[in-house]
Amino acid sequence: MKNNRYIVIVGCGRLGSHLANQLSRDGNSVVVIDSDEATFNHLSPDFSGFRVNGDATHMAVLKEAKLNKADVLIATTHEDNVNLMVAQVARRIFHIPHVLARVFDPRREEVYAHLGIDTICPTSVAAEMFLRAVADRAADKEREQI
Amino acid sequence: MKVLIVGGGKTLYFLCRNFTAKGYEVVIINRNKEECVQLARQLSATVVLGDGSDAGILKEAGAMGADAMLAITPNDQDNLVICQLASLKFGVPRTVALANDPDNAEVFDKLGVFSFSTTDIVSSLIEQRASLEQITNLLPVGEGRVNVTEIILDADSPVAGKALKDIELPDNALVAVVIRHNQPIVPRGANQLLAGDRLVLITLPENHGPVLKAFTGEGK
Repeated sequence: MKNNRYIVIVGCGRLGSHLANQLSRDGNSVVVIDSDEATFNHLSPDFSGFRVNGDATHMAVLKEAKLNKADVLIATTHEDNVNLMVAQVARRIFHIPHVLARVFDPRREEVYAHLGIDTICPTSVAAEMFLRAVADRAADKEREQI
Repeated sequence: MKVLIVGGGKTLYFLCRNFTAKGYEVVIINRNKEECVQLARQLSATVVLGDGSDAGILKEAGAMGADAMLAITPNDQDNLVICQLASLKFGVPRTVALANDPDNAEVFDKLGVFSFSTTDIVSSLIEQRASLEQITNLLPVGEGRVNVTEIILDADSPVAGKALKDIELPDNALVAVVIRHNQPIVPRGANQLLAGDRLVLITLPENHGPVLKAFTGEGK
């Protein structure tokens, strides 16, 4: 994997800042966008990317982050609808080749799969892991009993 | 006709009052419990408490059989997703989103969602009223898709003295009636326009400005 890509991350919360730190450390050019300036404190001291303070649902902010040059956009805000809107704008208007959005609501995720937006649903992912852990434990118990 | 409206505030209240008066079946979706109670008391509409961008709530509100969806919340992202869910998941044939940020009107159009921007509409109305004193009347018809405007040609008008056929007009514009000395004339190409004529113009919102400029010469 080449590590000199231009990556825009929307939302600098726990997930966004974690991704930004990691991707920046790997040598990518990273821009983070968040409407709350205080969230930039989550970035590590060696983060070498740019910070854009503003609402990502405004075109002006996305232009400031130079979305037209981006290779990847990851939308990680805590609001599903913001992520879905930004992802669509990134894909269809700025033609960013790889766009990912975090969507908490599995029912909403379904619809956007049809629109060519890659989504990751932490709810489904966590649920699956919990279910698997529960099933594994049950299987272990059964084995013990045998 | 069954209309779903997501949002709140006075705009929603008066819109609903309008729609129910016309006999439409209106379902309101609103996130605020107190506002829902108020709306249910004041209007003869069904009120659903919840997030309009949640597929479960849309289903509960009867999105499946709705003829139109109107999303007028203060958040553009919500309006976009509400309209997309309504049309993609529930097959609502007509959806309209409010673009609070006027830039988003264009964005929504590109994403296939019909939208309008109050800022654009109000500012164009004010500009038309304020800058062009010759305009005496403006009447939107056809749900705002067509404007009927009455203007008075003054002596400075670039078209005064010209025959109608010699005036270059943008597409989809028409001089419907010329009123001269209180006599209405439906003009043909050979008719000459004179200073002092009152013209009734038919325009579309998108060519309204350029058409008016062609007659008044303002802004050139």
